[in-house]
Amino acid sequence: MKKYDVIVLGGGPAGLTAGIYLSRARQKVLIIDEGMIGGQVVLTHAVANYPGLDEISGYKLASEMKKQAAEFGCDIRTNEKLVSFDFSNTDKFVNTKSGEYQARAVIIAVGGQPRHLGLESEKSFQGTGISYCATCDGDFFTDQDIVVVGGGNSALEEAVSLTKYARTVTIVHQFDHFQAYDYAITAAENNPKIKFLMESEIEKFTGSESLSGIVIKSKKDGSSRVLDVTGAFIFIGYVPGSEPFKDCVILNDRKEIVTDEDMATSQVGVYAAGDVRQKKYRQITTAVNDGTVAALAILDYLNGTDPDKN
Amino acid sequence: MTLDTNLKHFSTAAELEEIINSSENVMVCCGRMGPMCVPVYGAMEELQASGDYDNVEFRDMLFDNPEASVIRNLPECSSFRGLPFTVYYKNGKVVKATSSIQSKEQVTEILDEIL
Repeated sequence: MKKYDVIVLGGGPAGLTAGIYLSRARQKVLIIDEGMIGGQVVLTHAVANYPGLDEISGYKLASEMKKQAAEFGCDIRTNEKLVSFDFSNTDKFVNTKSGEYQARAVIIAVGGQPRHLGLESEKSFQGTGISYCATCDGDFFTDQDIVVVGGGNSALEEAVSLTKYARTVTIVHQFDHFQAYDYAITAAENNPKIKFLMESEIEKFTGSESLSGIVIKSKKDGSSRVLDVTGAFIFIGYVPGSEPFKDCVILNDRKEIVTDEDMATSQVGVYAAGDVRQKKYRQITTAVNDGTVAALAILDYLNGTDPDKN
Repeated sequence: MTLDTNLKHFSTAAELEEIINSSENVMVCCGRMGPMCVPVYGAMEELQASGDYDNVEFRDMLFDNPEASVIRNLPECSSFRGLPFTVYYKNGKVVKATSSIQSKEQVTEILDEIL
């Protein structure tokens, strides 16, 4: 079993920042990510509001953060699946598919991911009609009829942007109203290419090699209908990656990890940072803030120098 | 737009042709610097750096490059509606192609299956 001072679960801006601060303070730090380093940042085409930097690709920014963390001495492991953990005692244990690790403190910075509908047929057509990225895949649907699923700001804004390509965009939403800002609703309502199917939900995606239709069920009267479309863009929110930790730390009703202002969770020695944490604003800069605070609080915790607890 | 990755890039169909005819195993990711593409480039970079797949040539190609029609127009990609298009060649022939985001685990599974 390899021993560290701190294990950071998640290699996005929050986790990498914590790693930079902790390793610079001569702590032995392991950063584990189930995918690749960078988190949601690598998915951002251009970051224009990160202080001190000209516009930079998210990929480049994440690569620089990773390089900095590694140069300060962080042990960074990617694509390591978490198998089990025990955070209940002073020493914390983490088991992955590749190894067993022990530390005195843990930071949960696993971020989150786009919510999927969860239909079996959804998986079948990912890449052949179903997409979660309008800017990536919109032009494949030029002059075609498509749907956007969702009723928040992202769904409405992306529906408007998809009208640059598609012949028609039908917004399918489960409620009779949108959960979006007025400007986004107005822009969608004023767009002649956009239609609305309210109080409706997707039952099934159909087609052979690629998507050709959608079975939609009305929540008002229970009736089903088939819509002939070749594309479906799904924007139904974001899920924090807190599920594995639900029995260990307190979550709120949105499944976000509850922390105090030091990023400490309900479990002693376990901290949370970034998008997995209960917070109002999710930005790269707020993730960096969380990682910094968690790291400094852990240094106090490990050294027994927390002014609030001594 | 250029591909800001640490992979070797193809910019012409002739380059692709040359590699697939001179190397037994070639993996090509054809995309942009978008959210679905970047994780695939990342997986390829890590696999390349690991040394476990030294018998595979890892390359990328910009989807909007007119020469990328050599990938875009493959029959194996005809139903694809999501970036990136990732194509695996063995002895000069396409043996597998995927559309949209793939994890490193999925890429590894394919490489292990076709090698």
